[in-house]
Amino acid sequence: MAQNLVLRPERPDPDELLRKVMAEEARERRGKLKVFLGYASGVGKSVRMLDEGRRRHERGADVVVGATQLESTPEVRALLDKLEVIPLRIIDGVSVMDVDAILRRQPQVCLVDGLAHDNPPCCRNRYRWQDVDELLDNGISVIASVNLQYIEEQRAQVAQIRGREVQESVPQAFLGRAAEIEVVDAPPESCLGCGPDGPSGETDRLRRGQQLAQLREIALLLAADVVDHQLERYLQEHGMEQIWSANERFLVWITPYADVGPMVDSGSRNARRFHGDLLAAYLARPDLTPAERAALGRNLKLARDAGAEVHALDGDDPAEALLTFARSRGVTQIFAGHGGRQNWWERTLGGGPIDRVIRDAEGIDVRVFPQ
Amino acid sequence: MAESVPRGRLKILLGYAAGVGKTYKMLEEAHDLKRRGLDVVVGYFEPHGRKDTIARLEGLEVIPRRRIEYRGVTFEEMDTEAILRRRPQSCAVDEFAHTNVPGSERAKRWEDVQVLLGEGIDVVTTMNVQHLESLNDQVWQFSGVRVRETIPDWVVQQADQVVLVDLPPDALLNRLKRGAVYSPEKARIAAQNFFRESTLAALREMALRQTAHEVEGRYALQEPEELVAAEARSAGAAEPAVAETRDRILIAVTADPASAALIRRGKRVADYLHADCFVAFVHPRGDPADSASEERKAVEKHLNFARSLRIETRVLEGEDVAETLVDFARLNRITQVFLARPRKPSRLGLLRPSLVQQIVRLARDMQVTVVAERHRSGTASAA
Repeated sequence: MAQNLVLRPERPDPDELLRKVMAEEARERRGKLKVFLGYASGVGKSVRMLDEGRRRHERGADVVVGATQLESTPEVRALLDKLEVIPLRIIDGVSVMDVDAILRRQPQVCLVDGLAHDNPPCCRNRYRWQDVDELLDNGISVIASVNLQYIEEQRAQVAQIRGREVQESVPQAFLGRAAEIEVVDAPPESCLGCGPDGPSGETDRLRRGQQLAQLREIALLLAADVVDHQLERYLQEHGMEQIWSANERFLVWITPYADVGPMVDSGSRNARRFHGDLLAAYLARPDLTPAERAALGRNLKLARDAGAEVHALDGDDPAEALLTFARSRGVTQIFAGHGGRQNWWERTLGGGPIDRVIRDAEGIDVRVFPQ
Repeated sequence: MAESVPRGRLKILLGYAAGVGKTYKMLEEAHDLKRRGLDVVVGYFEPHGRKDTIARLEGLEVIPRRRIEYRGVTFEEMDTEAILRRRPQSCAVDEFAHTNVPGSERAKRWEDVQVLLGEGIDVVTTMNVQHLESLNDQVWQFSGVRVRETIPDWVVQQADQVVLVDLPPDALLNRLKRGAVYSPEKARIAAQNFFRESTLAALREMALRQTAHEVEGRYALQEPEELVAAEARSAGAAEPAVAETRDRILIAVTADPASAALIRRGKRVADYLHADCFVAFVHPRGDPADSASEERKAVEKHLNFARSLRIETRVLEGEDVAETLVDFARLNRITQVFLARPRKPSRLGLLRPSLVQQIVRLARDMQVTVVAERHRSGTASAA
């Protein structure tokens, strides 16, 4: 039933309760991860990370530096002087974080610069982010920094913008689990000329400025998505129904008869422009004729091809099923087709389904497409 | 002579709540500019009693505030004229969204800043995302706070740079608890309004998305086709074979108070779709209501509001409201009409179709967006 989307069982399943309690305990023991996310080198990630470590140290926390970049600026060196550093080990010519030494030292907080770092094959963890995971499991909180270009799921897109791909990476899900993610934002001008591929001529400079702006946008949107998931989780944990969203969510209402093409085209363009989500929903009815079934199938394919996340809804009342689903997903706009004409009985019964969606869609915009 | 002065550059430090560090960052920027040899002054600074921030003021020249008497109380405002006399290259101005006390030259601080920019002075300023006009209803919806001090979106769009000042809500709440943001009494009130964890998370997401939008707007301006294509590719969509048809949005307003939210919503959608945007009101021909009536005054207020957002407005006259609107829309190649959701079905509702129903029936060649008023969730009382 469509209603199950928002109704919560009154008495929780004891097994589930136990799982929840155990998960909570594990979460309490586990250290907290904070990530500083930058979109390019030179925005000041390392400085912000070390400065946060310094502040926590001055407030009495037991802080060590677990990993630093090889090259450092005077600003970074000044901060490092104020903190205890656990030296990196050199294995096969590669610098590796000394996890055992950190575990023996058992600090409250460990600072890890360059989260995306590959370890040589002989190490027990292949990647530095796995080292960090181990520290977290042992109750050590970690403050880390990472550059957008090293995030697994973003690598291809970043490579397309920058024209070169990096080898090392961190899965985005790992960042999604961070307790806190903080964007180190700066205008692109401030990091022009940093890094190995600094600009030479004026055209290069402009081109690189644009690249940086694009990377900056991706980093901001990535952080927004992480925050969005955190918010959803928070609302769920506190039993709050999501009836609003900081993000735009478009829902296309699919029927066998609808001219779905213009609706999904417009939906995907809107979702792209707003950097929002595109959903589509239809009523799963057992009583469709073969012709209707085929038409519905074609329309659903159009929606899927446009990148919509498609949902089947149950219920006898299409308007109610649609609105219940829309509210549970924090939809901001419903796209629906309208034939323009009404039967006399629709009018006497308070209008057809679309009229009723418009009437009852509190807090949700309805965009009517003529058909 | 004055016309030859190149306009100053505007940089906005955008946050999502008091205490994320905007003012501190602004003073850092001022120091940075000074180190680079520029002539910098602080035009306005709001200490909020925060020690770290006040300490950061050391070494910077501050232009004394102007004192203005209003109803027996003395208010202090930024002294724009004194800054103009002093003529620095760059000026730091806190609280961009501030409303000046009546009797000031200009109603809003952002208008003072426009004067400074017009005289060729660069400005670094601070604001929160909830002060943006187009987000007003959304912010109210989830925080229960109706923000009164707003800045039209075009003012922010004109800024040369918008930089996010980010801080996770946990850290902000810690600062609030330590008394680093507000006095204990004010902190308690704040914790009930904006400073609930879910509200902070939502505001922060808004600030991140808004900054991304501002960044995109700036680079997209430079090379539209190429970058739109790149954006489409990266979104996994097929490259548009032909240029997308440009949307043209018509917002139909009435005397209904919901018109303000309708205008904000329509304008926001228009901005994101890069669409042209118009506002129209239909004055029914033979309507006895004269221009001094309450209803006409309400309409005039909405039209003025639309103009303040830089939307072209029209007053149309016709026998039938729906027909007049649809004719106008057709003549102006409108692709999307924005209407407010009918308040309540009238007693005759079953027999007489609402304006929305009439327009949906008439406008077979355009989309109709029915904007629902946002109801607030949450429990906080309005500030």
